[in-house]
Amino acid sequence: MATQEELHQAVLKIGRANPVGRRGASKYLRRLDYSVLQQCIHCGMCLPTCPTYDETKLERNSPRGRIALMRRIADGQLEVTQAFGQELYFCLGCLTCQTACPAGIRYGEMFEHARADIERVGVLRNPVRDLVRALTLGWMFTRPQALRTVGRLVWLYQASGAEFLVRQLKLTRLLPMPLRALEPLTPRMQQHFSDALIRPVETPANQKYRVGLLTGCVQDLAFSHVNRDTADALLANGCEVVTPRAQFCCGSIHAHNGELELAKQMARRNLDAFDLERLDAVITNAAGCGTHLKNYGHLLQNDPAFAERAVKWSAKLRDIHEWLAEIGIRAPAASIPQTVTYHEACHLCHGQKITRQPRQILQAIPGLELVELPESAWCCGSAGIYNITQPEMSQKLLRRKMANIATTRAQVVASANPGCSVQLQAAVRESNLKLKIAHPISLLARAYRKSEAQG
Amino acid sequence: MNKVAADLTRTLGSERVLWEREHLATYGFDGTAALYAQAGCVVLPKTTGEVTQVVRYAAQHKIPVVTRGSGTGLSGGSVPVHGCIVLCLVLMDRVLELDQKNLTIHVESGVVTQKVAELAEAAGLLYPPDPGSMKISTIGGNVAENSGGLRGLKYGVTRDYVMGLEVVLANGETVAFGNKCVKDVAGYSMKDVFIGSEGTLGIITKVLLQLVPKPRAKKTLLASFSQMDAAAETVSAIIAAKIIPCTLEFLDRITIKCVEEYAHLGLPLDAEAILLMETDGYPVVVEEEAQQMAEIARNHGAMAVQLAESAEESIQLTTARRMAFSALARVSPTTILEDATVPRSELANMIRFIQQTAAKYEVTVGTFGHMGDGNLHPTFLTNEKNAAEMARVEKAMEEIFDQAVSLGGTITGEHGVGLAKKAYLPKAIGDASLGLMRQLKRTLDPDNILNTGKIFD
Repeated sequence: MATQEELHQAVLKIGRANPVGRRGASKYLRRLDYSVLQQCIHCGMCLPTCPTYDETKLERNSPRGRIALMRRIADGQLEVTQAFGQELYFCLGCLTCQTACPAGIRYGEMFEHARADIERVGVLRNPVRDLVRALTLGWMFTRPQALRTVGRLVWLYQASGAEFLVRQLKLTRLLPMPLRALEPLTPRMQQHFSDALIRPVETPANQKYRVGLLTGCVQDLAFSHVNRDTADALLANGCEVVTPRAQFCCGSIHAHNGELELAKQMARRNLDAFDLERLDAVITNAAGCGTHLKNYGHLLQNDPAFAERAVKWSAKLRDIHEWLAEIGIRAPAASIPQTVTYHEACHLCHGQKITRQPRQILQAIPGLELVELPESAWCCGSAGIYNITQPEMSQKLLRRKMANIATTRAQVVASANPGCSVQLQAAVRESNLKLKIAHPISLLARAYRKSEAQG
Repeated sequence: MNKVAADLTRTLGSERVLWEREHLATYGFDGTAALYAQAGCVVLPKTTGEVTQVVRYAAQHKIPVVTRGSGTGLSGGSVPVHGCIVLCLVLMDRVLELDQKNLTIHVESGVVTQKVAELAEAAGLLYPPDPGSMKISTIGGNVAENSGGLRGLKYGVTRDYVMGLEVVLANGETVAFGNKCVKDVAGYSMKDVFIGSEGTLGIITKVLLQLVPKPRAKKTLLASFSQMDAAAETVSAIIAAKIIPCTLEFLDRITIKCVEEYAHLGLPLDAEAILLMETDGYPVVVEEEAQQMAEIARNHGAMAVQLAESAEESIQLTTARRMAFSALARVSPTTILEDATVPRSELANMIRFIQQTAAKYEVTVGTFGHMGDGNLHPTFLTNEKNAAEMARVEKAMEEIFDQAVSLGGTITGEHGVGLAKKAYLPKAIGDASLGLMRQLKRTLDPDNILNTGKIFD
């Protein structure tokens, strides 16, 4: 385990690795409404809540420090440099600072603009990174068919026993370092993706609402059962579920990784996929996507063709927990006697300020004992693709999370974000724990199904 | 890398000397609006010995040293002097001893205030000073600024809890003052010279603090008034009735409006003042005092009085006050939090003056603060990019400070002078007092290297 000292040194080394590199003026931060940057009153209240500052105690690794850099860049007093690029990719984007901030900063927006500048100036470019970004952000996550094909291939690799053999023979050691670190984090693919599990329209007997269901990208491949569970929970609460076949990645991965234009494209495509007028709400069950999906209105505000629809979309977008709490959840009859603890996905509690509702849902399940998790809202280190780009810091956060989980003696960790689930799952596998990781809605759906089976 | 950074790297190692622009830019400010200066380098010592080495180097080369903790100050006290060495003490964060027999805690100065409060609480004790930034402010910074907080009336301020200090002087010498004895009159009380000295006389490296038993019970009340005078008279009457509440906080009309717009708590928008009151101590006494306070408030024309019946209700009642600053800070790009302070008896006068002055200069000022100790927080909601408005803000501020002084008050109750109040200090304290301060500074720091140019030139 890296000591604070080692980490501190590693961070400094990153910053000093190549002082002469590309650099350039900002385009995105300069265009950002200046009052967004000015909103930071540099009081420091974000510091104790920031996971990276907590580890290094360096101002640069804090939200206040990062905003100060962004502001100087927007002012033209600093250029976009490699050190700035590395700093903004050391940030988890967990948005905990938005919860802590007394002045209501919109850090997420600044962070996305900063990363867009970093990519435009190209301060972090190298051939491998360029290739990976082109393959994932440019190709895989913009084409649902491509993503599903990749998902199918990974499923074959995992289900055929090839993965088992590779791991047993420790062939992963032949992989270059970034891929070797990535291998255990590959999510387990489902045999059937969402389209095979959910019909385009499903109607309950006692219909009160009609909602659209977003099936996501990673969620669609690796957690299609959570999508099925979400549909079941909605049906059980009187919602007709409309699940359009042609859905696209929501674009959060693009926005968070400096591809704002691609993110806007993805948003437009999703707006086209749903007939908003006929829906009471559009439902997502992935926290990371939810924060971004709710932001379409802001993202497309300058797009004359889509601005109005995007605002409507944002107004109708609901996280599944939020929606069920809003319409009043029907408690299942059957009991599920389990000890459960709840890990808060950053983009649910900090991004969307949804903290009460998932707990309410868990407590509505008879027999389920909810044990509070110490530091439940502290990032687990998954943070999108952070566990791949910053494995050292990510592992530190994961160990901290697992240590907290251990104190609860829970049998199940409920978590509402695919990224967190993959991250926690990897830790469970590595330490051979008996712990189960489940989406709160999966637990709820299981209770409904059990109730029905019992008649 | 500049020469100073290179030299200090040989002492502290490369990982604890920062000199790159991307680092320096993030240490160029503190919690004060519109102040920025770039240091030559930032050093992060871990021991008093390392502090000594850095100070000796600075003394030898006559380089200014600006000491800081988490940089949350509100008077620019820890803003760098151009090209200086910033001595950041956040890595000196060891808790050395919690002595339950003598009720003291001994810590390094980089320990966060909240940590001290939590350790005390876990031992059934209380560390009373609770500055607004305590979640991240360091004890060293609190002592250097003599920070206050919400409990000033009953419990006093940071100074009242400091029993001993370890200080590195401008020549690099380390001196310890004070001990665990309640009584100690061996010579001058030198620790008191350094408390509130804002890093200009020495560098505080260790602090011995006094703790008190934790009160067994607390009761919270909230009252609204249609006149500020009625709220102020309520406070006076409570104290005249020989009750010393631990909290007596108020919000003025603009603050109430901002809080309501932000948090929708159902606050009365027609009220001129909301008064939050808390009393703590023995359960029976607390209960009786709370009833008495409620009655006094009613007798002085309170529009409504709420008495919390449970811990949850108590938290609910304190919400408006806790959100005051947040709610104000959201309104405009630049928020300037001031701390003019007057004797309690002049409080209503002072608030009225602030409101009139704000109207005269067409600036928005929300005022909240500590009604029990006369410490006001007129908060200017403005935009530093608007030069015309900033000029009006300056004028309004100057008149407010002048008025505070003429009412027998002070230009700063708990934030310190630093850079922000420097211009107002001579008028506030007079030549004789200022002369003595200068003499003291020259004696302890003849080369003027410690936080150069702060408080006075």
